[in-house]
Amino acid sequence: MANTRVAQRGLGTDGMLIALALGIGVFYWLFVAARAVDPLMSFHAYVFIIGFTAGLFGLVMYATTPPAEETGYQTAVVKAGVFASTFWGIAGFLVGVIIALQLAFPNLLYFDALGWTNFGRLRPLHTSAVIFAFGGNVLIATSFYVVQRTSRARLAGGLAPWFVFWGYNLFIVVAATGYLAGVTQSKEYAEPEWYADLWLTIVWVVYLLVFLGTIWKRKEPHIYVANWFYLSFIVTIAMLHIVNNLALPVSLTGSKSYSLFAGVQDALTQWWYGHNAVGFFLTTGFLAIMYYFIPKRAERPVYSYRLSIVHFWSLIFIYIWAGPHHLHYTALPEWAQTLGMTFSIMLWMPSWGGMINGLMTLSGAWDKLRTDPVLRMLVVSVAFYGMSTFEGPVMSVRAVNSLSHYTDWTIGHVHSGALGWVGYISFGALYCLVPWLWKRKDLYSRALVEWHFWISTLGILLYITSMWVSGIMQGLMWRAYNDFGFLEFSFVETVEAMHPYYIIRALGGSLFLIGSFIMAYNLWRTARGDLRAGEKRPVMAPQPALAE
Amino acid sequence: MLNRHELLEKHGWLLSVAILVVVAIGGVVEIAPLFYLESTIEKVEGVRPYSPLELKGRNIYIREGCYVCHSQQVRPLRDEVERYGHYSLAAESMYDHPFQWGSKRTGPDLARVGGKYSDEWHRQHMIDPRSLVPESVMPPYKFLLENQLDYEHIEADLKALRAVGVPYTDEMIENAKSDITTQLDPFADDYDAFLARYPKAQVRDFDGEPRKVTEMDALIAYMQMLGTLVDFETYQAEENYR
Amino acid sequence: MYEKLASFAQTWGLLLFILAFVLVLIYALAPGNKKKFDEAKRIPLEDDEPEEEDR
Repeated sequence: MANTRVAQRGLGTDGMLIALALGIGVFYWLFVAARAVDPLMSFHAYVFIIGFTAGLFGLVMYATTPPAEETGYQTAVVKAGVFASTFWGIAGFLVGVIIALQLAFPNLLYFDALGWTNFGRLRPLHTSAVIFAFGGNVLIATSFYVVQRTSRARLAGGLAPWFVFWGYNLFIVVAATGYLAGVTQSKEYAEPEWYADLWLTIVWVVYLLVFLGTIWKRKEPHIYVANWFYLSFIVTIAMLHIVNNLALPVSLTGSKSYSLFAGVQDALTQWWYGHNAVGFFLTTGFLAIMYYFIPKRAERPVYSYRLSIVHFWSLIFIYIWAGPHHLHYTALPEWAQTLGMTFSIMLWMPSWGGMINGLMTLSGAWDKLRTDPVLRMLVVSVAFYGMSTFEGPVMSVRAVNSLSHYTDWTIGHVHSGALGWVGYISFGALYCLVPWLWKRKDLYSRALVEWHFWISTLGILLYITSMWVSGIMQGLMWRAYNDFGFLEFSFVETVEAMHPYYIIRALGGSLFLIGSFIMAYNLWRTARGDLRAGEKRPVMAPQPALAE
Repeated sequence: MLNRHELLEKHGWLLSVAILVVVAIGGVVEIAPLFYLESTIEKVEGVRPYSPLELKGRNIYIREGCYVCHSQQVRPLRDEVERYGHYSLAAESMYDHPFQWGSKRTGPDLARVGGKYSDEWHRQHMIDPRSLVPESVMPPYKFLLENQLDYEHIEADLKALRAVGVPYTDEMIENAKSDITTQLDPFADDYDAFLARYPKAQVRDFDGEPRKVTEMDALIAYMQMLGTLVDFETYQAEENYR
Repeated sequence: MYEKLASFAQTWGLLLFILAFVLVLIYALAPGNKKKFDEAKRIPLEDDEPEEEDR
């Protein structure tokens, strides 16, 4: 036995700590499962037990394999993140298409026997799957990649990055199964209950430590600006998550909790969170991707580093104030609404500062947009960012908001940001990462990237325009008066008028989904090392992974 | 200053702290005063904690994600006030943990839906929305009629809510379980005491199945009390202008 | 209470924020920092050192 033991790599302190935490976790959840006061709690206890046990099993497998030299960059966890991003992306888009079809064809897609597939349960599943499962995995994977590269240091914490990756995805599974089963605290984009929130907090703190630890080890004198944006995403999301989820569990072995805040205070806390989930999850995190991947892909430094500094501080300072514009004309005191509106309009400037910085990075290299569909995707995403950060301040004006709020206009606005900006910058990053990580000369097919780009662009355009029309139309119909001074339309007449647009929207979403399937196929073939025959490929610039 | 920023740039943890300070300012300035400014919540008569049955109904409303398509917030705009009723007051949701103002009206606002339709209408509408409103896109909730209401731990719910600030009395907590069945039975012995605990509560069988306590009972009881507590005849809007 | 807070925010608060913004501008635009930024902006382009196998 002594011989085999020599060949095993064992667990370092990092692995021991994780094993200890998981072991305690298994016992804790066994205890909860035994004493659960509601079936949902015992169900989730088993999910945690399975997850933690799998983690322990993984650690054993790891410890008993022969040691490998641990130099260079930690890329395996980034590869895992690429898988997870692609998988969750497709899952999230698919649920989106399903719920879009439910609103278009309610007679066909609701079932008495399948109450858990009703719109009210699937919609949080869709939003969380695209924001947290897809977006979150993209952010974790790219941040792990970028912080290593720009620090010239291996990820800190040994196995801790793996804990972050699997822990985060376990949170996703708990959240998603919870929505279907009816576990929710009803705060939009913060629906998971208290125990899932606590688990995410633990994972997030480790994430912050891994990120900071890597920066700590860096061999560069400067912290590159992309890392500032990642750091603001990690730190601010921690703050928002903890404050907005403050709640008192009814029982420590039950799934239900009650928010610490009530009514108007709870509403503003929620939308302070909700708006800044957009600001710091879907904006600063993805701006970090922009600040690394666009310069990298275009092979030229960012347009203005000075602008990026001003951009950074003004964006994070101003963004956090904008939440109250979600509560115009509600029972929120007017001073708070006014503050929210003012800062939302001011937000336009740093947003466009960032957009200009991203776009102008291409100056002198615009021709690459013709030849490189990946770069085009990245750049178009920044254009969408500019569009939706223009639309946002407009919609935050109280007069405009009185029309747009509660309508599909908001849904359209969100999707121009989510599909156009977040989606495309993520796709662009994934198209960059796979050849770099798997050390391939090029993508399997650039033509398929073209197909993906055009199909999904058509999808986005159908989506946004149909929601603009239906939203503005519904807003106008709600406030229409007839000649006798009565309201002209009953509510359901406005619902009926939405029908054609709901069909167009579902079509747009389906095209976007088809595009993501094309991407998944292309990435898979690329990772395998295939090159599609007969494609013209421009002479490739040296890629980081191929420099040896 | 110049050198200090260089410090930030070189030390990740300092940068993190600086970020935290910068992003904390906006939230503190906007949210904290809401807890201290007395003018935030209007002074009105009539708002009371939910009865146990209404609370159960509210939890079902949350569980099913009704807030995803229905707001509970009437804005002070002419068409909304005419369509839905008096605009919503902050006081009306002062015991709502969490709030249910919503953000989207795929269906109509429900802040004042209480009393607008009959119990039987609600029952049928939940079972099959399109049998009453052919153009509706709402999902069916027939299963609520089949699900027995689980209220075994209802005292714990009231206690938790009391801990976060809802003024449930010891008496309310003691009687929580029996109050569920009392609210479903106009001939219950405890009728008067129940109404003293929860003024304006509506007492009757809500789902048309008197022998069973279903989730449908709870949800309709909740719907029927929404927006009915404040007496707007006596409400002084000018005194509460913020 | 409300009036006090509002008047503070509309005077000193505003001044403070403007001052903070000016400081950020000074830092970003100071000629002495130019070299540093020029180095920093090339970081992503110069990270192509050989990658080793990892676990």
